[in-house]
Amino acid sequence: MTRRATIGVVVLVAIACVLPFVVSNYRTFQLTLVLVYAIALLGLNILTGYNGQISLGHGAFYAIGAYSAAVLMDRFGAPYWATLPAAGAVCLVAGFLFGLPALRLEGLYLALATFALGVSMPQLLKYHHLEKWTGGVQGIVIAKPEPPAFLGEAGLRMNSDQWLYFFALAVAALMFVLGWNLLRGRVGRALIAIRDQHIAAEAMGINSALYKSLAFGVSAMYTGIAGALGAIAVQYVAPDSFTIFLSLVFLVGIVVGGLASISGALYGALFIQFVPNVADEISKAAPWAIFGLFLIGFVYLMPAGVAGAVRTLLVRFTRKGAK
Amino acid sequence: MQVHKVGVRFGGIVALDDVSFDVAPNCIVGLIGPNGAGKTTLFNCLSRLYQCDCGDIVFGGRSLLRVPRHRIAALGIGRTFQNLALFGTMTVLDNVLVGHHSRMRSGFLSNALRLPRVGRDESAATDKAQALIEFLGLKAVAGTRVSDLPIGTQKRVELARALASDPTLLLLDEPASGLNHEEVGVLGAVIRDIRERLGVTILLVEHHMNLVMSISDLVVALDFGRKIAEGTPDEVRAHPEVIQAYLGSAH
Ligand SMILES: Nc1ncnc2c1ncn2[C@@H]1O[C@H](COP(=O)(O)OP(=O)(O)O)[C@@H](O)[C@H]1O
Ligand SMILES: [Mg+2]
Repeated sequence: MTRRATIGVVVLVAIACVLPFVVSNYRTFQLTLVLVYAIALLGLNILTGYNGQISLGHGAFYAIGAYSAAVLMDRFGAPYWATLPAAGAVCLVAGFLFGLPALRLEGLYLALATFALGVSMPQLLKYHHLEKWTGGVQGIVIAKPEPPAFLGEAGLRMNSDQWLYFFALAVAALMFVLGWNLLRGRVGRALIAIRDQHIAAEAMGINSALYKSLAFGVSAMYTGIAGALGAIAVQYVAPDSFTIFLSLVFLVGIVVGGLASISGALYGALFIQFVPNVADEISKAAPWAIFGLFLIGFVYLMPAGVAGAVRTLLVRFTRKGAK
Repeated sequence: MQVHKVGVRFGGIVALDDVSFDVAPNCIVGLIGPNGAGKTTLFNCLSRLYQCDCGDIVFGGRSLLRVPRHRIAALGIGRTFQNLALFGTMTVLDNVLVGHHSRMRSGFLSNALRLPRVGRDESAATDKAQALIEFLGLKAVAGTRVSDLPIGTQKRVELARALASDPTLLLLDEPASGLNHEEVGVLGAVIRDIRERLGVTILLVEHHMNLVMSISDLVVALDFGRKIAEGTPDEVRAHPEVIQAYLGSAH
């Protein structure tokens, strides 16, 4: 990392640690969801932004992660934190297996196949033979995690919203560091090489089939972990929380935030969490029309996403500073 | 390497017909022939992009016909593409590093955890890539996106990328096309240098006759998928069928 990037990350983490003590509990809850979405978007960005495989169905993996967590907590009494690795593992396998047949599909055809996955997921979750675990249409209500006792003993008093926020922050930080490592070396280069020129990539020795299916698996794993974390935060899962609309919103998030950019996942998450709220405040009658206007505005003003615009600004700023 | 009675057809078109020749170690072999003669098709068979319909290709004592595409680089065959196939959004350095992919070992998990050996592997690869970048005079543009570079420079990036896999056999598909007179001269010297300094065997497809004839030890001529001549540059230049093929295709 450059020195400037390091400073940026340190400042960001410092702000993130102070925020829940200065904003309301409801805002803290919203910020927790931003972190959740950021993890999901990073996952989708690994697949679509870096590796060039379009997914219109990532909401399905988010749902699988959410249900894994809910079922484990509700039926098996698992502690909430233990459901994250489990949800990640389930989605890693699910994503890898979905990625194998998807190898034969390119571009729009892959988009259609993933769309099919996304659009069918709510109905699969309502499937009556699974009702015993999934709770059918009703879904599952899960208990809110309380801050661990050792925090109180250490004199750190937190309410459960704040605790959940810090838990999500730690998970997000871990996932972002792992993702950054993954993307900055041999594997990241191979993923981009496949996206840019898959024939040459293979001629350079990249096993494109393996990398593409692993990218699918890892991407689904990220989104699944986000789903589990989201379920814990919202304390509720139901089939209709995971419609195809969620998948489309994720895609909007990575494009607005910046394709093939790690920080873009965070910008995208802020966008998909807060812009609908802002739109709702502007017009109760047609919030999605306002959302649409915002979307067009962003894409028009920042064609390379927020991350691209930030990069351009920083370059301009340093050039001016140097003169 | 031995090419043995290789045949390839696309529907009704016979792209290669019973082509055989040997490439001795540490030689420069020129492959010439008019457009559509089947030169690129032969390269694509060597790098397993196309499947031969008949015949065999033996490299280092082993048939290539069952080797998956992505293993070819590790066996020691590197190549450039006639119509440039660089990773357009990546920098010159990253392109060359991708060329080194087959000589690196780390996978998804070790990368995500950035184990110490990954860091060592990466910095060794970067040193090597930087040396190649210097060798090909690309130092000034190492951090530039390749799609922002002129064609002549991009061709050199492809060459650096191909060399990054430490090939023992290098396939160059029309490396001089799109270069100006001066650049062609430099290219000839670079190709000789690659053979001498790095000990690489080179199979060179080229329309630039002066270049091929001046640096090749052996020249193979193809026309309509058939081998029409093989020999020293002088022998091939004087071969009646070669003269005929080139005069014929000039119209
Ligand atoms: N993928 C392909 N599909 C169909 N025909 C092809 C394909 N590749 C090459 N050919 C045909 O094979 C013949 C040889 O082409 P090529 O090997 O590119 O020639 P050269 O490189 O010598 O100019 C041409 O007639 C060409 O049209
Ligand atoms: Mg050709």
